[in-house]
Amino acid sequence: MNAAANVKHTKDGPMLTMRQRQLPGKVIMTILLVGFAVLMIVPFIWMVSSSFKAEREVMTIPIQWIPQNPSWDNYKVVLHIDTNKKDYHFLLSYWNSIKVSVLNTLVSVATAATAGYAFAKLRFKGANVLFLIYLAQMMVPSQLTLIPRFVMFSALELTNTHFSIIAPKLIAVSATFMMRQAFLGVPNDLRESAMIDGAGEWRIWGQIMIPSVKPTLAALATVQFLDSWNSYLDPLVFLSDWRLRTLPIALNQFVSEEGAQYNLITAACCLTVIPVFVVFLCGQKFFVKGLTVGAVKG
Amino acid sequence: MAQLHSTQQLRAAGRQRRAHPNLVAGTFLFPSLVGLVCFSVVPMLFSLFISFTDWNFLKGIGNWNLVGLKNFIDLWSDEWFTASLVNTVVFTVVTVPIGLFLAVVLAVLIDSFCAKKLQGLVRITMYMPKICNIVASSAVWIMLYSSYGPFTQLMRALGWDDPPRFLVSYTWALPAVMLMCIWSNLGYQVFIYSASLTALPKDLYEAADLDGVNGIQRFFYVTLPQLKPTTFFLTITGIISSFKVFGQINVMTQGGPGTSTYTLVYYIYKQAFSYYNMGYASAVAMILFLLLLCVTVVQWRHNKED
Repeated sequence: MNAAANVKHTKDGPMLTMRQRQLPGKVIMTILLVGFAVLMIVPFIWMVSSSFKAEREVMTIPIQWIPQNPSWDNYKVVLHIDTNKKDYHFLLSYWNSIKVSVLNTLVSVATAATAGYAFAKLRFKGANVLFLIYLAQMMVPSQLTLIPRFVMFSALELTNTHFSIIAPKLIAVSATFMMRQAFLGVPNDLRESAMIDGAGEWRIWGQIMIPSVKPTLAALATVQFLDSWNSYLDPLVFLSDWRLRTLPIALNQFVSEEGAQYNLITAACCLTVIPVFVVFLCGQKFFVKGLTVGAVKG
Repeated sequence: MAQLHSTQQLRAAGRQRRAHPNLVAGTFLFPSLVGLVCFSVVPMLFSLFISFTDWNFLKGIGNWNLVGLKNFIDLWSDEWFTASLVNTVVFTVVTVPIGLFLAVVLAVLIDSFCAKKLQGLVRITMYMPKICNIVASSAVWIMLYSSYGPFTQLMRALGWDDPPRFLVSYTWALPAVMLMCIWSNLGYQVFIYSASLTALPKDLYEAADLDGVNGIQRFFYVTLPQLKPTTFFLTITGIISSFKVFGQINVMTQGGPGTSTYTLVYYIYKQAFSYYNMGYASAVAMILFLLLLCVTVVQWRHNKED
């Protein structure tokens, strides 16, 4: 291909390789694209910078991107450190968010890994029908089951418990499909030889199957964790007690109480967002895989 | 005789050791099945049932009257519902195509022009808005849109003398929320497009180079057609997620001003958890479900054809 291209170039001018011809364009484009990427995170840059400002400095014209007198005061107020102002119980919400997200992740990954295995490798009566029922569940939006779930948990006096957020994660349909795909990719020989050695299905699952789908498990866990960390509608409906609030709900409350104090709100936003950014940047590799599984094959 | 006896014993022992396959599968499926029945099938049926009643949650469980299709008929003369429906559709029709177009252009530009070492970084940076929780990003955008905020200042700098207060204007509130949603989903769409771009076979490009096509022709005649499955996937997921938009609305505008940013999920939430009209809210939820069902059916038929 290169030879053909070069022949053409000799005709209409100085002979340059494709690479050299494209170089200036590439540099300009790279700069433009990096610029666009930065533009996309300008809201976050503004958020971080405002969180270190005093209230009157936030809305100055022109915008001060780097605060002149940076201070931790806003964070101290939000986290209730060394102040006698109102306590927003942010640390408690942190703990709730961590607890709920970890449990949600464990529950959904565990049920997806067992059910996915059953659908991929086990033969049982009614497998096809059951699989179709599962497929059909993908169409049911959680917004549709929200009202009945609320009624059900109210009847059982289980609203305002973390249980009401965690238990519905037992059915994670798309996660189950993801695990099923992963198990289908594991060759049967290993399983058969283990069976001849007399291992039961659970032992095969635990000792052979789970280790061979570790990357998918990690991907699934990252996606599930982030999903439940950012979950908003369910906790909003189920958790009205401030002692149980997760971070998005606490932040929501904070925004509606302190609407005009942008410096405090940005500090609170930073507190909820920065840890996720850090986790995301560390677990990027798994996360990218989790995102693209199923999407690319379309 | 003795030999036969021992084989029978062996078989029995074997049977004991290896439980019936249905039973084993049952143990694997049990937690998931419990979830399926308790949190999906039963709620679904219950939802269908109460959508035919006049039930208000405050009257207590069991205190409902069947009213037939009344809710479903009343909906169409309820201007809050029709506004929600129209807004949701407008929202989808605007955000999905614009978002996808921007995403595919960006993904192709990154893939073909951006320095290799920076590609990952650019994509990750664009992805940031998506992982940020919806309350925080909405809160930040409220401030950006406020009358002295950066966005309004930017509009002034660009020569718009008297920019409105975006989130409290009847005309501008919905577009303002839409812009925020496009921003927040763009990184994801770029990501998926990029992943499919790297998987495309190179031979067609070589053929196109030999034919001397320019970059724009190449984009429209070679790249776009090959990305069709990805575009289809992103269109479907985009439609589904924008039908369900809720967080931005609840934090940024609360449906206001007037009905200008009411969406279906926000209306369901309002009816169900502010007024406790569970019957009526379930009817709206059923409409949402039917809309999503149509989208999914299109998707399935399409996938079958391939």
